[in-house]
Amino acid sequence: MPSRRVILLGGLGATGALVVGYALWPSDRLARVDKLAAKAGERFVNNWIKIANDDTVTIVVPHCDMGTGIFTALPQMAAEELDADWDKLRVEAALPDPLFANGALAEGFILSGQHMTRDQVPAFLRGTVDNTFRTVATYMDLQVTGGSSAVRATGVYGMRIAGAAAREMLVKAAAARWNVAPEDCATKLNRVLHKASGRSFSYGELAEDAAAYSPSSSPKVKAKSEYTLVGKPVPRIDIPNKVNGATKYGIDTVVPGMLYAAIRISPVFGAKLLSVETAHIAGRRGIRQVVKLDDAVVVVADRFWRARDAASALVPVFDNGANGSVSSETITARRIAALNGDLKRDTKIGFGADAIDQPGRRSYEAVYQVPYLAHAPMEPMNATALYGNGTLEVWAGAQDGLGARAYCAKEAKLPLEKVTFHLLPMGGAFGRRLPQQWNYLTYAVQTAMAVPGTPVKLVFTREQDMQHDYYRPNVMSRMRAAFDANGAPLAWSHDYTVNDGPNPAAGKGDPDPQAHIAYGIPSQEYRTAKVPTHIPTGPWRSVEASWHGFFVESFIDELAHEAKADPFAYRAALLGAKPRHLAVLKKAAAAAGWGTPMPQGQARGIALFESFESIVAHVAEVEVSPEGALTVRRIVAAIDCGMAVNPDGLKAQIEGGIIFGLTAALHGAITIDKGAVMQANFPDYEMVRLAECPEIEVHIVESDAPLGGAGEPGVPPVAPAVTNAIFAATGVRIRELPITNQKLTASPARSAAAN
Amino acid sequence: MIFKALGANVTVSLKVNGMDHDLDVEPDAPLLWVIRDELGLTGTKFGCGIAQCGACTVHVDGVATRSCMVPAGAVQGSEIVTIEGLSANGLTPVQQAWIDHQVPQCGYCQSGMIMAVSALLKTNPAPSDAQLSAAITNICRCGTFPRIRAAVRALAQR
Repeated sequence: MPSRRVILLGGLGATGALVVGYALWPSDRLARVDKLAAKAGERFVNNWIKIANDDTVTIVVPHCDMGTGIFTALPQMAAEELDADWDKLRVEAALPDPLFANGALAEGFILSGQHMTRDQVPAFLRGTVDNTFRTVATYMDLQVTGGSSAVRATGVYGMRIAGAAAREMLVKAAAARWNVAPEDCATKLNRVLHKASGRSFSYGELAEDAAAYSPSSSPKVKAKSEYTLVGKPVPRIDIPNKVNGATKYGIDTVVPGMLYAAIRISPVFGAKLLSVETAHIAGRRGIRQVVKLDDAVVVVADRFWRARDAASALVPVFDNGANGSVSSETITARRIAALNGDLKRDTKIGFGADAIDQPGRRSYEAVYQVPYLAHAPMEPMNATALYGNGTLEVWAGAQDGLGARAYCAKEAKLPLEKVTFHLLPMGGAFGRRLPQQWNYLTYAVQTAMAVPGTPVKLVFTREQDMQHDYYRPNVMSRMRAAFDANGAPLAWSHDYTVNDGPNPAAGKGDPDPQAHIAYGIPSQEYRTAKVPTHIPTGPWRSVEASWHGFFVESFIDELAHEAKADPFAYRAALLGAKPRHLAVLKKAAAAAGWGTPMPQGQARGIALFESFESIVAHVAEVEVSPEGALTVRRIVAAIDCGMAVNPDGLKAQIEGGIIFGLTAALHGAITIDKGAVMQANFPDYEMVRLAECPEIEVHIVESDAPLGGAGEPGVPPVAPAVTNAIFAATGVRIRELPITNQKLTASPARSAAAN
Repeated sequence: MIFKALGANVTVSLKVNGMDHDLDVEPDAPLLWVIRDELGLTGTKFGCGIAQCGACTVHVDGVATRSCMVPAGAVQGSEIVTIEGLSANGLTPVQQAWIDHQVPQCGYCQSGMIMAVSALLKTNPAPSDAQLSAAITNICRCGTFPRIRAAVRALAQR
């Protein structure tokens, strides 16, 4: 495994700061990698960069494409430092091999955070870290794509180091050939130039010599002012193949002789298959085999639709155990009881909640709730597997190729080297394809093991996908506050339920760091209540921030109203110690025309939330008709993520985050009846479509802060911006999502007052 | 349980992207799966299976059609066009606008989206936002709608 080295990095806001960069392979390792992943004429010069004789530079990205644009942004960061010619640049996904474990993730998140507590280790990296010693216990899960981490970890700690180190090696190689000092050489567009003589070599001509040098432990990286490629809206490399149907996703896998499989999983989570009658489908065309698994039955056929139709004709009998009577109502009752029971204190600041119930202080309380949500990526879960002769080959999308390969090896009880994993682009993921959420890989491998020697593609129907997800948890929150005589908050108390689902990724009832507020309130207290359920849960785009954003930004809005203050001004007054937050809040407000009059029935709402090291504010403009029909007309966003590596890509991520958050706010609810999910497909798990898509504006606020994430931070402030706007328009305060379940009655008087 | 493969001899004739195919499939086999699994044209996507999301949109005699619920036997004799056959060479203006506006993210829904928009623009070259929203009800989970709208607005102004 790569060694760790402490190096000084400049640029990207980290000028002069001591950060840990991801060290690069020593040159003696390159031969092994060349054999594994270099094509004819290509050679690796370090972990993530190959240079071919024809001068093509290939950036090898230790992530999987799920649509966020990192296959362009990360190469931009490497190419910037390398002074590569973008027109001669190619991009590949790293092989799911330990040689390509993305140490930058570990270095970036864990080792640079010298005082990081267990709670601060991002959920998607838990399990990869030995929490006692905070060292990297295993690299198996280090090809994760999640946690809005690609640019701020892989990019900052990996890609630009690799680019800068490769550049130094190429310069050394050229200088040696000319017998001049490396300092007398410059680099530009895939060439090393000798400044005095004007001689030059292409990178392709130098690659072989360059690869013989060991990568520097402290390559000089550029200052922000020197950037020519980072910060530019470079068109995405992956897009041309996404407008003509050419991109092959996991579901498009074709292996000669392949069979297809459709699955029926027990509707109640954790149930066991007792029996299934199959005689009535035996005569159907193309049906090859019925495979009984622990909690599912799989039909294998020569075509998918034949497998699917036969599977839907089965009536499997399951033992549901004690979970067959659980419903959303019983879970809600458990959450209420938990909040009224013993709470575990997470954090206390100042006098904590004791500061609320003091004589002469006005206090205020509200209870909020958010439902379970499905990820519902457009590409349903699927995987293709071939088992036999002591080997396993798998084709699938996963948010961690190396981890998925190791997971499949374990499922098949094979050593890692006997398992090949073909990591394919994903038609969306949003957390669904992260480690510990791989039921589709389990079922595909088990099915393949039942038909040894024959490749089989298992595809979930949308119904199976929606009913066998790892859901965004249902969370309940009780918030309390006390005011001084002027309405400024003196104390803030937040009690909320934490999930304790049956699956490993559900967490173990840990508190959410995302509950902590940016507002300067002298006394604060955070307490949690564990609620065990049998519903599998997991990270869903923005994770804990997806509920705390709603709770915190709704409650602060309520306090502003109680204090008879403008919601923007009230927040701003509490952000004196948070200049970046304040700047983002002001930018969104100004761009949206906060405070200017609006027509009858329309109003604005504002919300601000920091997540994944980025600060985002949204201003939503809504219209509520006299009949209570809601239209979200416009959302104006501002984000400070330090610097935008690709400003257009960043805007696309915020736009997407807004639609994702708006879908959940308006429509999203997974409910439970008799232990099972009630929603099955899009009619009953509705999505925002074009007709409901507001006008969206995204404003980038540049700062010198370290880079923050882009994929997730746009989501959390959406729901509260919209519900705060609804309150301003109608006087109706929405404390439980989705909005569609709430009755909105327009109140012209209230609307006039709010404006 | 292992069942013997039972042969069948039903033939469906389809014309897809200008090519004739005689296929040994049941007439009620869904067009989507025949396109993907029999013809190997995987650009047309499976999203919901109940004609809700539009990922499987193809043109049947020029009309945007959600292929997941169309029986293959019902479109014999029709001109079927998939994303692979949308343009004889190069890119159509819609595809180019999708690149110019950097529309796709994961890209999975975009074949269907492009097919649906292409069919709309044939009958209404300059749709208003309201007409666009009424005609295009495809789901995109990545949230590319603002860029789809911008791309269509630009196409409408040409």
